[in-house]
Amino acid sequence: MKFILIALLVLGITGCVAAVLLYLIAQQFKVEEDPRIDLVQEVLPGANCGGCGFAGCRALAEACVKADSLDGLLCPVGGQETMNKVGAILGMEAAAADPKVAVVRCNGVCEARPRTSRYDGVRSCQIMHNLYVGETACPFGCLGCGDCVAACQFGALSIDPKTGLPVVDEDKCTACGKCVKACPRNIIELRKKGPKGRRMVVECVNKDKGAVARKACLNACIGCSKCQKECAFDAITVENNVAYIDFNKCRLCRKCEAVCPTGAIHAINFPPRKPAADVQPEKKEAQA
Amino acid sequence: MKTFHIGGVHPHDNKIYSAHQPIQECALPAKAIIPLVQHIGAPAQAIVEKGQKVKVGELIAKAGGFVSANVHSPVSGTVSKIDTTIDSWGMKMPAIFIDVEGDEWLETIDRTPDVLRECNLEAKEIIDLIAQAGIVGLGGACFPTQVKLMPPPGKKAEVLIVNGVECEPYLTCDHQLMLEHGEEIMVGIQILMKALNIQRAVIGIERNKPDAIARMQELAARTLGVEVCPLKLKYPQGGEKQLIDACIGRQVPSGALPIEVGAVVDNVATIYAVYEAVQKHKPLISRVMTVTGKSVQRPGNYLVRFGTPLSQVVEQAGGVPEDTGKIIGGGPMMGRAMNNIDMPANKRTSGLLFMTESESVRPEAENCIRCGKCVSACPMGLEPYLLSKLAELQRWDEMEKHDVMDCIDCGCCLFTCPSHRPLLDYIRMGKGKVGGIIRARQAAAQAAK
Repeated sequence: MKFILIALLVLGITGCVAAVLLYLIAQQFKVEEDPRIDLVQEVLPGANCGGCGFAGCRALAEACVKADSLDGLLCPVGGQETMNKVGAILGMEAAAADPKVAVVRCNGVCEARPRTSRYDGVRSCQIMHNLYVGETACPFGCLGCGDCVAACQFGALSIDPKTGLPVVDEDKCTACGKCVKACPRNIIELRKKGPKGRRMVVECVNKDKGAVARKACLNACIGCSKCQKECAFDAITVENNVAYIDFNKCRLCRKCEAVCPTGAIHAINFPPRKPAADVQPEKKEAQA
Repeated sequence: MKTFHIGGVHPHDNKIYSAHQPIQECALPAKAIIPLVQHIGAPAQAIVEKGQKVKVGELIAKAGGFVSANVHSPVSGTVSKIDTTIDSWGMKMPAIFIDVEGDEWLETIDRTPDVLRECNLEAKEIIDLIAQAGIVGLGGACFPTQVKLMPPPGKKAEVLIVNGVECEPYLTCDHQLMLEHGEEIMVGIQILMKALNIQRAVIGIERNKPDAIARMQELAARTLGVEVCPLKLKYPQGGEKQLIDACIGRQVPSGALPIEVGAVVDNVATIYAVYEAVQKHKPLISRVMTVTGKSVQRPGNYLVRFGTPLSQVVEQAGGVPEDTGKIIGGGPMMGRAMNNIDMPANKRTSGLLFMTESESVRPEAENCIRCGKCVSACPMGLEPYLLSKLAELQRWDEMEKHDVMDCIDCGCCLFTCPSHRPLLDYIRMGKGKVGGIIRARQAAAQAAK
């Protein structure tokens, strides 16, 4: 009996002392953390893709809680809806941001861009790009090995076996920007989705002079500036022999598409034109 | 017989096709295209204008920095334009275009075949002449030679190592050069010894060239301080660090230059160019290159003026064989497949190799079986299986820790891999990335100062 009592006492006292010590230490080294961070993190998608520019969802949540306003903070995966929820938690107005989508700026399909060599190394755009011009004569165009496909965490990209070019699934694309970084030729760009997903894109980044570009690919932008002259809204600039449409200025009139002699300008998600536009539906298919 | 100590492989040398073919001069082109980047370092700056007449040997582009090289006109004629041209891999590079008219040389160049042995110049004067002549290492790296001859303060050169190894299979241009121009090379060696103020030179030659070894030994017996070192066959013996190890048994530390152990390495072709520049006042405007392959009609060693389209050289060798699967610029180990043979010959082009379709098939890569062959083959003591995996996973900082920058791109790992894994493809990509990161870091550190 005596031994049991001693054991109980010793253990009990040790336990009490340890409890007090632990309590004091915990008080001393307590980390103050805003409980809202956890709340914000809960509404974020949790993909940790880094598309927002932070190291992960936790880092974005911390940044949101610390920030004075939600301007410039956007979870591309969750989009406006998620940011509204975050705004509600933090009592701030979430700035309205236009949703973006990845756009592949190369339309060098197999028929337009003849092969000049066969590559038998590792199927990696990065390696191929370091080695040489690629299987076609265009030093700017898509290499088709699918580094972007491998980089996409959402399964939004795939290589179309017919064209050899990547295709973006707009429903799955979250505009996280991983593919933009993965592409060694900077072909992929994040552009505004546009009303009803409609947008105009110059699907070429070839900076060569017109004749050279045309020789490498029939669908290349040759920098002729016709679209620039046609555009009534000053949305098109031609620099380094390649046209670029500013999506903030473009009013989707589709006039540039009609004048482009090589078909480098594409209208995406528009309904097919009714009369005299036999060529148009074909092109639509190629994009879809 | 000596050789280097770490790694190495034994590819079949296949030199029979073009060995002992006398050096033939290649016909002049109608239009010469002279690239401004024919060396490692800053591009040369063009100093001629459109419409200007130039003679053979005239300076047409000046070195664009300390590590850079002059470019001289290899032909006489009129400059038609300064524009970009397409290199052997389809990428653009700046070049000077000259319409060839006749073959008029600068009067200062001595074109007689006599061997001039006397050289009474000071070291400084020799180095200046070499720099003016635009000489670069013709072994493959194209590093400007004059930079090598000016050791950084505190370092002293002790030995000149002459690279007559030609360990790359198929290539025979250096071999033939030693046989035909041994005497000139010997004078060149003496000139370089004078420029470096050293008393010892070692010529490394692999034993698959017994006639070259005998010829150089015969000449070396008459020359003070020069010895010939016959070497065992092993690739990549022609690598700078491997050759130093093989010839004088010194190991260059990781990341250091050969001057760290008192050695300066120069290729025999470079030394021949030095001889011509110093004794004959002839700048570097041509080189010997090997055109070879199993089905090439007239494989051989061709003396090509820079600016000549490679396709013209190929014509002289009997045209592109019908069963060609790959055309490789350089040898099969270090060379790169080309997709444009209209590229002009330049200081870099050491050879053209036509592989038949059956030879150029690359087997399907299989899984790594952890055999460790790549590790024992790597002449730099690296772990290629690990580096390639790290590159695949894009872990650049770890690659740097595992000394990827020591890789010399020799391809021993790829050659030896029983699973045909694309080890070098990945390592080379990773090396490029890591190099970029290191340069960015250095630039940032410089800016912070």
